[in-house]
Amino acid sequence: MNGRDLVGALGPELLALLRTAGRIELEGFSLELDELEFRLPHGALAPAALVPPGAEAVPERPSDLLEAEYVPERTEYPGRIREVVLGATRREGGSRARALTVGGAEAPAFSLFDRPIVNRPVISMDVFDTRVPMPKALRAPFEEVRDDPAAWARLNVHQFGAKAITVHLLSTDPLIKNTSPRKAAATVEEVLQAVDVPLIIGGCGDPRKDADVFFEVAAMASGERLLLNSVTLEMATAKTLEKVARAAAEHGHNLLAFTGLELNDAKELNRRLYEYVPPEQIVMDLTTVALGYGLEYSFSIHERARQAALMGDAELQHPTISGSTNAWSAREAWMPMPPTYGGPERRGPLWEAETAIALLLAGVDIFMMSHPAAIGAMREALDVLTSWPLEEVAEGRANDWVTAAIGGET
Amino acid sequence: MARRSITETSPIEVYRLLPRTNCGECGEPNCMAFATRLVNREVSLESCPPLLLPEHDSDLADLSALLAPPVRAVRIGQAEREITLGGKYVVQRHEFTYHNPTCCALAVDDTLAREELVQRLRTISEFSYNYIGRDLRLDAVALRSATGDPDQFREAATTIAATCKLPLVLCSPDPDVLRVGAEAVPGRRPLLHAADRTNWREMALLALDTDSPLVVSAPDDLSGLRSLTKTLRAWGIEDLVLDPGTFVGPGLAHTIRNFSRCRNAAIRDGDELLGYPLLGAPIAAFAGEELDPVRCAFDEALTASVLLSRYADILILQGLEGWSVLPTLIWRFNLYTDPRKPVAVEAGLREFGSPDRVSPVLVTANYALTYFTVESDIKAANISCYLVVADTGGLSVESAVAGRYFSAAGIAEALESSGVAEKVDHRVLVIPGLAARLSGEAAEATGWKVLVGPKDSSGLGPFMKERWPPGPA
Ligand code: SF4
Repeated sequence: MNGRDLVGALGPELLALLRTAGRIELEGFSLELDELEFRLPHGALAPAALVPPGAEAVPERPSDLLEAEYVPERTEYPGRIREVVLGATRREGGSRARALTVGGAEAPAFSLFDRPIVNRPVISMDVFDTRVPMPKALRAPFEEVRDDPAAWARLNVHQFGAKAITVHLLSTDPLIKNTSPRKAAATVEEVLQAVDVPLIIGGCGDPRKDADVFFEVAAMASGERLLLNSVTLEMATAKTLEKVARAAAEHGHNLLAFTGLELNDAKELNRRLYEYVPPEQIVMDLTTVALGYGLEYSFSIHERARQAALMGDAELQHPTISGSTNAWSAREAWMPMPPTYGGPERRGPLWEAETAIALLLAGVDIFMMSHPAAIGAMREALDVLTSWPLEEVAEGRANDWVTAAIGGET
Repeated sequence: MARRSITETSPIEVYRLLPRTNCGECGEPNCMAFATRLVNREVSLESCPPLLLPEHDSDLADLSALLAPPVRAVRIGQAEREITLGGKYVVQRHEFTYHNPTCCALAVDDTLAREELVQRLRTISEFSYNYIGRDLRLDAVALRSATGDPDQFREAATTIAATCKLPLVLCSPDPDVLRVGAEAVPGRRPLLHAADRTNWREMALLALDTDSPLVVSAPDDLSGLRSLTKTLRAWGIEDLVLDPGTFVGPGLAHTIRNFSRCRNAAIRDGDELLGYPLLGAPIAAFAGEELDPVRCAFDEALTASVLLSRYADILILQGLEGWSVLPTLIWRFNLYTDPRKPVAVEAGLREFGSPDRVSPVLVTANYALTYFTVESDIKAANISCYLVVADTGGLSVESAVAGRYFSAAGIAEALESSGVAEKVDHRVLVIPGLAARLSGEAAEATGWKVLVGPKDSSGLGPFMKERWPPGPA
């Protein structure tokens, strides 16, 4: 007897059973359900088609609710994201007030909430060492400190509550000011003295110059557990990767492995880095593109990477980072638009927050952000999403919107 | 109980159930090609006319079952303006692709004076934003019974029916109110919100009487949702939508958890009772303690973005200002692009205005957004020029440079194959500001002089005034 005959013969009870049991035993033989279902025409699972003449049907229009309990199941994953520590305290050989641990995820982020989050994602606020063209709405909060990275870092920490700082040494770019590695290291030193939070050190993107700068910075800040942002496959091609990686290993810094939306590249770069540094010192940047300019590529590459890592791909079991300030490259964030679109001071922070939150849901662990309003929104989201156990919700509140009086200029 | 996922259905399996005559009526060369496109959900069964003949009835039924999405596709609205909700095959978009973009329904309520209502309906219907050559629009209108008064509701529904063609959602916990509303919009097949644990019998009758799809609501109570769908299915109602409750603020984690559980249960565990489209209500941001409308709209937009990423098939929204609607519409559009195909335009040479032998030559990426942005900026600035569109694998200039899809060699190749060298006397190429890093190598690889253009193409107008024609090298 095949599955189809079975259904015909036994009617809806069988299907009811099928929905709840994992295996059924019938007189004389038993059958694994997967096997049975495989043979079932899918349509047979729709109730209308299920009631063969003469079989006992579900009563027509039941007058009481047919209770059907939902039983959550916790999924266990074979893989786990490594933990990486940013910053080192005095006791650990650095000078930070406190270190931050990122990563450690054992399940997809902010989805089923079936276990507490291991480490709260970190927001790092940007500081630039030179005046780069920036939309007015973005630079407005920092107008006073734009020429002083140390003061900028202090403002971020003391006024905006930054828990980590990214110093972008963009002036080292041969196409900008070509600042020397020694001078760049001095800037980092000033920032280290100005604030006591962990630092991320950004380069200019030139594989040769960045290597020289990171080499110098790594030695100057030995033991501070910086995150060097970033090392790339281009560095491998330029034969400068080893220099940076060895310096990071020697002085105890973390490396940010940057690749452009391509998981095979990410894995390849990580494999190269394993030769020099322990995997617990590697964070991945898979590229953040602004909302409207390809954020969906970033979103899906992070979802894919995280899924593969949790399923056991050890080469992807690293925490990830997002340069969410990139959101401001979207013209919708900063351009003048007709009145209904408001000004960039409203649109820009929303754009940055949405870019970051999309990637938060995709599992990103560290966010490099800029605008205080975007950061505020992100922090509120993190407070809600990382609390454990989940905060209770007020009974009935969810549907207040149906009957609420909503006024105002909306 | 796991059901087979979309990616496990093979074209062969589908092929066996097709007529196998290779008649070509579907526009494909043969049945196997059609089967492959069916499995990829690029075509629907109706495109094979012979299959619709009576002799293939049982094959058609088997095929429909084989290809049915684990999240039911529910249609709302009347024929010409119909919208499909749900019809999802996967939890994460990279596993396949998402179908049926989340419907964005803008709320109105029965406290509005007629003129206000008509004005708001007009704003909703006329909202449009041109994004990479496509118009982003709002999809539906949700009428809320804020007064609880059936007469007010009827009046508002009548006004909407007379002035607005968009599909409707009618919202009230009171079946009597909802009934007068539904009767005021005959033939429109509004989505009814909502049947809950207390009112479901009356709501079920209403859905059956008006042949309308029905939302079941059980905030933070998935057992309640399952019980309701189980019961309503027994009543013969299949066009259902789930509202697991949208909490803004501290309850957002519950909302995400419930949405994720529903979608995972339906697709990964084959739970048919949760295999329905999901309704999210970011409008809840306006119904809490926060009173500042700007703050409410900001929170609503963030909630909408979260729910778009977390599987919502329809959203009820209040904020109608462009700044808060725009990111929602753009993210919706982005999430529903097919991740199997980059959003690309064809590589090659484009001409703008009336270019001559001294006109500028520009190069850009073939990511659709990049291309359309550059195109509209060139047109706006009234520049006559040649634009070489390089094949960057459909990535934007920025990501293509980062990922090395946009390289000096690639630029040289695109320039070469465009044949633009035949059309101009000069040898000066303008590359995007975001690709500045490539300027040296590009000059070497092409043998052309390279000018670094503005980082954003909106700067092309001033750039050309200042830098073109370029001085002698
Ligand atoms: S129309 Fe149908 S029968 Fe004809 S070739 Fe296409 S799939 Fe085959």
